[in-house]
Amino acid sequence: MSWYKRISENILTPTSEKKEVPDGIWTQCPGCKTAISTKTIHKNAYVCTTCNHHLQIGSREYFEILFDENEFTEMDANMISADPLEFKDTKAYPDRLIDSIKKTKLKDAVRTAHGKSNGLDLVVVCMDFSFIGGSMGSVVGEKICNAVKFCIENRFPLLIISRSGGARMMEGALSLMQMAKISANLALLSQNGLPYISLMTDPTTGGVTASYAMLGDLNIAEPNALIGFAGPRVIKETIGQNLPEGFQRSEFLLEHGFLDFIIDRKDLKDKLSSLLKIMQKLPSGE
Amino acid sequence: MENNKQIFEFERPIYDLITRLEEMKAITSENQVDMSGAVAVLEKNILELKNNIYSNLNRWQKVQISRHTNRPYTLDYIEAITTEFTELFGDRQVKDDKAMVGGFARIGEYPVMIIGQQKGRDLKSRQFRNFGMPNPEGYRKALRLMRLAEKFGVPVITLIDTPGAYPGLEAEERGQGEAIARNLLEMSVLKTPVICVVIGEGASGGALGIGIGDKVYMLEHTWYSVISPESCSSILWRTWEKKELAAEALKLSAQDNLELGIIDGIIPEPLGGAHYDHQFVFNALKEQLLSDLDVLTKTDTPTLIQNRIEKFSKMGVVDYI
Ligand SMILES: [Zn+2]
Repeated sequence: MSWYKRISENILTPTSEKKEVPDGIWTQCPGCKTAISTKTIHKNAYVCTTCNHHLQIGSREYFEILFDENEFTEMDANMISADPLEFKDTKAYPDRLIDSIKKTKLKDAVRTAHGKSNGLDLVVVCMDFSFIGGSMGSVVGEKICNAVKFCIENRFPLLIISRSGGARMMEGALSLMQMAKISANLALLSQNGLPYISLMTDPTTGGVTASYAMLGDLNIAEPNALIGFAGPRVIKETIGQNLPEGFQRSEFLLEHGFLDFIIDRKDLKDKLSSLLKIMQKLPSGE
Repeated sequence: MENNKQIFEFERPIYDLITRLEEMKAITSENQVDMSGAVAVLEKNILELKNNIYSNLNRWQKVQISRHTNRPYTLDYIEAITTEFTELFGDRQVKDDKAMVGGFARIGEYPVMIIGQQKGRDLKSRQFRNFGMPNPEGYRKALRLMRLAEKFGVPVITLIDTPGAYPGLEAEERGQGEAIARNLLEMSVLKTPVICVVIGEGASGGALGIGIGDKVYMLEHTWYSVISPESCSSILWRTWEKKELAAEALKLSAQDNLELGIIDGIIPEPLGGAHYDHQFVFNALKEQLLSDLDVLTKTDTPTLIQNRIEKFSKMGVVDYI
């Protein structure tokens, strides 16, 4: 019997995608500590109106920001992790999965969907950091590869929004192989001449950086996002020194030539449409 | 066996018996007494004990063997199984990475490009080789050599032996993540046969960065996983001490990886590990490579690439609600 049979049905019932936030609720910005009306922040693409700090958001919010009228078709919505290694550390892997599912109302660390963005067909892959640190296991690999195949079949462009601590330890080498699997499928997408834009958000590290996040036709990032292969703690331990200010942040990567540009979340949707139209040689519209 | 300087705790009972055997032989020659019966029994016991211990190695013991300092390293294999090796240096951009070596050679009559991470044996050479941990230049050098091989239709062989890609400040500045990612993509569509063999440690992205092949093998006592048992222990158990449990949980052995469908086969090592008999693994590796080169060089390139992508696309296990 699979572990997921143990989860009650009501937990897996999808919650409604969007709830209107009532007035009078406040959010403290983690950047400048200012208390700002939650409604205002949400209307500002979850970016602080005082200091431009980009709040950590997930697939629900990105889909809402990118898809017209928040209308989209989710793919592989019922795919969940198996436990091929029967992995157990201080907790059994299935128990971790159940806890994460209950806590986040998500089924794994990525969601994939297609819909219209400014009237343009777009496939969006978005990672959810709240689900076991956005870690990449078999589900992430399989969903992304299916999304890539869908792009090739329909000749749609691809956007992947990364936010991840890297590969998921609980699936061992199978997690590692997702890097290979996704990269191989991205090679096919590229051979088909379809645009792939990789958006890196805070944080994007480990095996995700060392595979699909860095393989976009355009590699772009939100401001001040931590992006790297090794985590700052590991590097600090290796070199025995403190790391320079701004090390591994978006602006640092841009200066070292690894990003095409940095984009404010508020401008993301329009910038994407503009570039994707150019890359697909479509008329500019209005 | 007697020359082995690095003896593992689990081998101690074997060495205790060997010491007794030596004492017995000494007594025999000093006192002119015939103990040949007892010697024979003890020799038989030693052999049985060896078989028993070495065929029941747990995963952490295999990790230890994979790191034994008398194991052959990449350049040892190249010297033993190839002819006409010409080492090629540099990534043509920044520098030459000493943790990644490679060059043209022949195996049998087959021209090949052979590439691998290189570790050092003594302190000085270990530092020179950066403990087998490549910087981005290493991965870019490997890719440059692979492209060179592709241009001339020469098969690529990679030998994997690394505790990980180097987690340094400059490695990050020069795009360690991008370098590995680029290799994964390019290797998956490289227009020439690729055979990869884990000969020691296969640690995470640093190993995979030269690990996308038509055939992927592991030597019998090596490991290949998403993280080292020590780092896994420190993250999940919040202590470095649970490395044995972590090794078991990660299922990182050659046998595990074969069962998980990650590798195509296991290349045998001599009893106790490659360090006990280098020639044994040289022969076993060469035999495997020659038999694959026979097949892969006769396969047309589009089929080769399609099969390679399909092979990796099948990896992973998911469920549905
Ligand atoms: Zn703020």
